[in-house]
Amino acid sequence: MNIKLSHNSILLLMLLLAIVVVVFSLSQGSVALTVSEVALALQSEGTYLAQTLIWELRVPRVMAAFATGALLSLAGALMQILLRNPLADPYVLGISGGASVMVLGAILLGLSGVLLSGAAFIGAVISTLLVFGLSQRTGQTTPIRLLLTGVVIAAGWGACITLMLAVAPPQKIPGMLFWLMGDLSYAHTPWLAWVTLLAAMGVIMPFAKSLNVLSRGPLQAAALGVNVTLVERLVFVLASLMTAVAVTTAGSVGFVGLVVPHMMRLILGNDQRVILPAAALAGGCLVTFADTIARTVIAPEQLPVGVMTALLGVPTFLFLLRKGRM
Amino acid sequence: MMLSAELLALDLPNRNQPPLSFVMNPGEIWGILGPNGVGKTTLLHTLANLRNKRSGEILLNGQNLLDCQRLFIAQNMGVLFQEHQDGFPATVLETVLLGRFPHNTSSWHKDSEEDIALATLALKQLELEALASRPLSQLSGGERQRTAIAALLFQAPKVWLVDEPSNHLDLHHQVAVMKMLSQQALQNKLVVMTLHDVNLATKWCSHVMLLYPDRPALMGKTEQLLTVENLEPLYQQRLAQGKINDQLVFLPSV
Repeated sequence: MNIKLSHNSILLLMLLLAIVVVVFSLSQGSVALTVSEVALALQSEGTYLAQTLIWELRVPRVMAAFATGALLSLAGALMQILLRNPLADPYVLGISGGASVMVLGAILLGLSGVLLSGAAFIGAVISTLLVFGLSQRTGQTTPIRLLLTGVVIAAGWGACITLMLAVAPPQKIPGMLFWLMGDLSYAHTPWLAWVTLLAAMGVIMPFAKSLNVLSRGPLQAAALGVNVTLVERLVFVLASLMTAVAVTTAGSVGFVGLVVPHMMRLILGNDQRVILPAAALAGGCLVTFADTIARTVIAPEQLPVGVMTALLGVPTFLFLLRKGRM
Repeated sequence: MMLSAELLALDLPNRNQPPLSFVMNPGEIWGILGPNGVGKTTLLHTLANLRNKRSGEILLNGQNLLDCQRLFIAQNMGVLFQEHQDGFPATVLETVLLGRFPHNTSSWHKDSEEDIALATLALKQLELEALASRPLSQLSGGERQRTAIAALLFQAPKVWLVDEPSNHLDLHHQVAVMKMLSQQALQNKLVVMTLHDVNLATKWCSHVMLLYPDRPALMGKTEQLLTVENLEPLYQQRLAQGKINDQLVFLPSV
């Protein structure tokens, strides 16, 4: 880094940005509200309509969007360090594939609501355990074994998904496709996502400096005193859990976990002490903003949020890549 | 700090080597010599507890290495790797600053002015100060090697385990690095290095260990062990010896 803004001031700026995005998102929708109306409604004042809109519809959805983005982005940043592979993302180990298969199965069976979230979570956990179990040999897991096992399992899930879409009755296909591309309209409660996010941050931040050392390679990290096995296990469990919760909340929103951490690395360098919180904030902003557009641009119709994250993220990322230091 | 081994057997694939016993004292510079694949790097990694041994004991200042915490080892022992692993993009200064990790692992510790000053000093000693903000990917092999050595200097270990320090370095920087390592020995640090260049060992090492593939290793004072009679079977190569400026020199005779 040539320009030395202190870590804290960077994060403070990003926090302000996040607040702006959240307020903007709260003000947009079928009834547009001004910033002061949003502020009043948040203090449980103002018109009844505004209060109901804000508290019952928009706050849960915006909070769910923000937490999903933050979880995916943080999980992606951790996966990239764990696998020492810049192409890793939260879904690389087949987590979203497992969740998708279970959810599509549940949709085919006619289930809905909370049961879908439950199916997603179970699928994500099964897939994680499968990948971790199969990648073990003599108690050791190398990143490359983990990566290959995950990629192959993900491909297997992909085939199951295609099969299910092929045999599904036509009236169920739109719902299935929406889920596959990420959809926040079924996000019932943001609490699980927020608790997971804050707990994960609390656990991983004390290890941020160890992750810096780990990103120089496991042998070098061990020589510098990092307990490589412990840190790698921790990162794997946290990243899997965060991905499972994100997928449970919003379906498989693509792209955020791959691109946001890289954007942050291109802008801020590779110090995990800044990258991890910055990626969480930026991921939250991206998904919140994308979801705002997804639910307003052709209202009352909604677009899958995953499409919007990709449409917003791809050009931004390519621009940064040309400017950056990778 | 003293480093010693008792009947240490390395875990080399498909090979049984006679076990090694030795005592290495502070202020000494040990050169480990031997043909390719004899286990020089494996020995260094085993001494740093980065690899399992087959049997025997390694003692760091009399304490069994297996009883030492990973972090305690890193605070006292530094390793220069032969191969530099490719991690995420990082600059020279960032890489060097990581060397201090064992002494301050807290995520909330900010690199102080003093840290930066010390890191800059390490960069200066390796003539890297002009490259401080360059990404590693833009460096030559020799510059990367010097970056790794600067990080080790900043780590300031009491025991230096360096795997082929002269790798990729031009003659000027070979001399500079060897001088730096012998300064460390003068400050009562222990330096253990693997070498391929016998002439660097005759010039800079106080002690040598000759690892033979087929017979027990020889260990002792450099001037006693580095002879044509010992070196020819070591490398399976006819050698010629001579003197240039009072310095013993070995060359392959072809």
